[in-house]
Amino acid sequence: MTQPIIEMKDIEKHFGPVIALGGVSFDVCPGEVHCLLGDNGAGKSTFIKTMSGVHKPTSGTILFEGREMHFDSPRDAMAAGIATVYQDLAMIPLMSVTRNFWMGNEPVRKIGPFRMMDFARANRVTMEEMAKMGINLREPNQAVGTLSGGERQTVAIARAVYFGAKVLILDEPTSALGVRQTSNVLATIDKVRKGGIAVVFITHNVRHALAVGDRFTVLNRGKTLGTARRGEITPEELQDLMAGGQELAQLESSLGGTV
Amino acid sequence: MSDERMKQVSTLRRIMIRPELGAISGTILVFVFFLMIAGDSGMFAPQGIQNWSVVSAQFAIIAVGACLLMIAGEFDLSVGSMIGFAGILIAILSVQWGWPTWISILVAFAICVSIGALNGFLVIKTGLPSFIVTLAFLYILRGLTIWLSILTTQKTVIGGVRKAAEGDWLAPVFGGKILTGLFQWMGDHGWIETFSRGTRAGQPVVEGIPMLIIWALGLIIFGQWLLTRTRFGNWIFASGGDAQAASYVGVPVNRVKILMFMFTAFCACVFATSQVMEFGSAAADRGLLKEFEAIISVVIGGALLTGGYGSVVGAALGALIFGVVQQGLFFSGAESSLFRVFLGTILILAVILNTYIRRIITGER
Ligand SMILES: Nc1ncnc2c1ncn2[C@@H]1O[C@H](COP(=O)(O)OP(=O)(O)O)[C@@H](O)[C@H]1O
Ligand SMILES: [Mg+2]
Repeated sequence: MTQPIIEMKDIEKHFGPVIALGGVSFDVCPGEVHCLLGDNGAGKSTFIKTMSGVHKPTSGTILFEGREMHFDSPRDAMAAGIATVYQDLAMIPLMSVTRNFWMGNEPVRKIGPFRMMDFARANRVTMEEMAKMGINLREPNQAVGTLSGGERQTVAIARAVYFGAKVLILDEPTSALGVRQTSNVLATIDKVRKGGIAVVFITHNVRHALAVGDRFTVLNRGKTLGTARRGEITPEELQDLMAGGQELAQLESSLGGTV
Repeated sequence: MSDERMKQVSTLRRIMIRPELGAISGTILVFVFFLMIAGDSGMFAPQGIQNWSVVSAQFAIIAVGACLLMIAGEFDLSVGSMIGFAGILIAILSVQWGWPTWISILVAFAICVSIGALNGFLVIKTGLPSFIVTLAFLYILRGLTIWLSILTTQKTVIGGVRKAAEGDWLAPVFGGKILTGLFQWMGDHGWIETFSRGTRAGQPVVEGIPMLIIWALGLIIFGQWLLTRTRFGNWIFASGGDAQAASYVGVPVNRVKILMFMFTAFCACVFATSQVMEFGSAAADRGLLKEFEAIISVVIGGALLTGGYGSVVGAALGALIFGVVQQGLFFSGAESSLFRVFLGTILILAVILNTYIRRIITGER
């Protein structure tokens, strides 16, 4: 069995008096899609932000590739190979696809004493990487605002993969999408997993989770109700867990007694 | 797979649909208009051209700073006050205190750029809108300028700057003219107008190209290059487009913004120094309303007030429109109050066109 690339143990996060996370444990292995489910306000975004260096956990440990890690900033986490595609701010719509793709990682070329952005290379790579994900761009300098929601998510995912992500965190990438675009994004997630990357897929849609997930963890009011493997749990059971775990006792066995 | 609904982008469309289209159309419109109503008034003779190009260059110098800052998502309303402040500073240091002019200029630049950094720092640290923070500095700097001027000279106008700057090496970089030999030579050949009598008989009426214009061109080229060709330019767009998204991927948003405040202050100081060297005096009320004129030029040039989108070349054309309209109405003998009517109309038309174009380019709804 493969080792988890990242392991979160008993993570707590308090915002003043608000306990957003009350001891959550979670891990993900390379080549696996681990779905994090939960209703709005359950603490999903807060949890992955502790994983990606945006928040410091109030308590708990993070093991990355077996070693304890403290990320001081998203930059640290990114340097370690943890890339996040955020729910609301994945892309800047006013900027071109190329400018978005390379944002923060711009390739530079020296001409005499001048350091310029290497647009020829940036444009070529952007087109290639987008084509790999099944999107043929009209032109690399078209604004991201002209793309559909699914295509935008795909640019963000392609970018993360190109820059060597080992862990890819997707915060509700499908929540604002139509059926067709959703299936495109799910197909992209599958491609990424096949490339050996560990994927954390956040959603509150059970069907989306079951379509690509290998394991499922449900968050409810800042607590985890345990992790189930694919095939060990039915859509109805997942749905119930998300709604508050009324069927808790009944599910205890299938969740391996971690409740 | 290629999407059958994707339309082929025609070359014409690609050439036309650009952020500067509004400013380009405005520029053409304005030139056609003044060629028609003031074509024979001397507006397009060498001296007339120098007249409106100097005014346009002044607008352009502060518009370049305002443009990059606005694209980075911030405003600086203290530009006008800073122009007055920098001018008085140079005059006090060089005339009252007798410092060499070049040291006075460099000190003024250092102080102004530091104030720019302070503006940026306060905006970042307090999280307040830059509109408010720099509005405070609009008052603080103007007040300080008048107070300093009265304190040292009992006046709000300080003269004698040009005399103090005689023989200085740095002053001509702001107040001088270049290509004077070429213009003299053209005058000698009768290609351009020369004075026919008086002490300057035989000298060309237009002696050369004022350094102010060179500064404007230099800043425009630098700004356009920085914005569209460099990594830093991408950070400017990103910081204004979505500061949080940008900082998540490692763009040093705070540094970008503070540097742009400093650059805006630098541009204000270039404006002030050139003006002081040209007039030979500084006045505490110089630069009034310049911040708005800079912002208007930038908006005519196609920039988005909320940041993340814009063009330096557009802003420069906005400044050109501004200068030509202001001086053109003077040449055509029209009421000067019409300047504002005309300007307001152009502003509205350009912004409507810009908004339309921007929606096509960025897919905004
Ligand atoms: N920065 C913050 N300050 C205070 N409370 C926060 C902050 N971020 C999240 N919360 C609170 O934590 C809880 C979980 O939020 P979130 O993680 O965004 O939920 P989800 O992503 O599952 O919808 C919510 O009650 C929210 O109000
Ligand atoms: Mg969320």
